[in-house]
Amino acid sequence: MTLTQHDIDQEIAARHAAYEQRLADGGPVEHQPRRDYAPYRSSMLRHPQQPPVTIDVGKDPELVELSSPAFGERDITEIDNDLTRQHDGEPIGERITVSGRLLDRDGRPVRGQLVEIWQANSAGRYAHQREQHDAPLDPNFTGVGRTLTDDDGHYRFTTVQPGPYPWRQHVNAWRPAHIHFSLFGTAFTQRLVTQMYFPSDPLFPYDPIIQSVTDDAARQRLVATYDHSLSVPEFSMGYHWDIVLDGPHATWIEEGR
Amino acid sequence: MTKIDSRRPESVLPTPSHTVGPFYGHALPFRGGEDIAPLGHPDTVTVHGYVTDGAGKPLPDALIELWGPDPDGNLPTADGSMRRDPASGGFLGRNGVEFTGWGRVQTDANGHWYARTLRPGARGRSAPYLSVCVFARGLLVHLYTRIYLPGDAAVLGADPLLSGLEDARRDTLIAAEEEDGTYRFDIRLQGEGETVFLEFQ
Ligand SMILES: [Fe+3]
Repeated sequence: MTLTQHDIDQEIAARHAAYEQRLADGGPVEHQPRRDYAPYRSSMLRHPQQPPVTIDVGKDPELVELSSPAFGERDITEIDNDLTRQHDGEPIGERITVSGRLLDRDGRPVRGQLVEIWQANSAGRYAHQREQHDAPLDPNFTGVGRTLTDDDGHYRFTTVQPGPYPWRQHVNAWRPAHIHFSLFGTAFTQRLVTQMYFPSDPLFPYDPIIQSVTDDAARQRLVATYDHSLSVPEFSMGYHWDIVLDGPHATWIEEGR
Repeated sequence: MTKIDSRRPESVLPTPSHTVGPFYGHALPFRGGEDIAPLGHPDTVTVHGYVTDGAGKPLPDALIELWGPDPDGNLPTADGSMRRDPASGGFLGRNGVEFTGWGRVQTDANGHWYARTLRPGARGRSAPYLSVCVFARGLLVHLYTRIYLPGDAAVLGADPLLSGLEDARRDTLIAAEEEDGTYRFDIRLQGEGETVFLEFQ
């Protein structure tokens, strides 16, 4: 049977209602998606069925997971955070500046850590051979960026607005425009891979990936804020997106990086 | 709203995780990501295996990260895992001298991955292990596990994590020695023989 958007909409609504019921019954706020979120079909055979085994990090400050790999100036180049300058010509699309801070759960900046991004071009196509969407490739855009956070935890990228794209999970399935982010904290337990969205995207209600975050407030934290003060005159539109890393970490050590 | 007021703890709430998706190939894997051990180091070990789903099918698009201490149990502090060439923008790779302790490898079309790193030393109350983080399309939140190397049964038996598990589950965390210095560690995301995955609190 053909899977339609209507089928997926109903499954999303059922999962959302079930979460609201858990909350009403006194259940905890769920900041993270559940790994078994059936409206996103690829999750079905790829989520563990056994509950995770809990490690209480307070019992052993020596756990290697309480530390994090280090990255430095050798690991990036000067233009890595400008995705519009990595080829001979200018990529096509609306230029944007995306900036924000990387914080831990205590609101402290994560300094000198690696931020990696990747995205589709302005037509909604990835520069990846397995990509099946027949929108045009842009010879001047690969869609990959890296940077290190500064002493206040700030990061900043210049890129082009990615396009939405179809992805064939069901008939007429479209991903809202997004930028993929990969982040490290001061502890390996804080590792995060996620996606940043743009304000007021009409595709949000239809997309099972963003809807996998069933808590409404948590889902809003994936959406950047338009920030006119970040817009560069005669050049780019500005978006602000702060990122908070979950997961325990060791007592904070000033690293001086 | 995604401007966080870091002075107000109640507004500092975690950013949700999302799947890595299928198209991270130009962004995350890098040359030499799996060759973590300094060149010719006598304590080099090879770990390898398959990542499989609930149908027993290998994943051709999983991404594995490894993080571990040096053979003395010390935490690596060197950067330079993905050294870049400022002229071309390409990857120079590791310098073969310093040990960064961290590596990243994508499974191949057969769902197989491998890494060469240094035999981890013991830290704290734990038996020696490598920390593992698994990402994949379809996985909405990454998974943590550990690779313990076989050998000293007393040391493994005293490990706080391993000693709390039933035998069958515990065995999913202990690599199998194949030949000198080469270990097999499969990661089963779901179903029979499901790998023990961890959460940290
Ligand atoms: Fe994407």
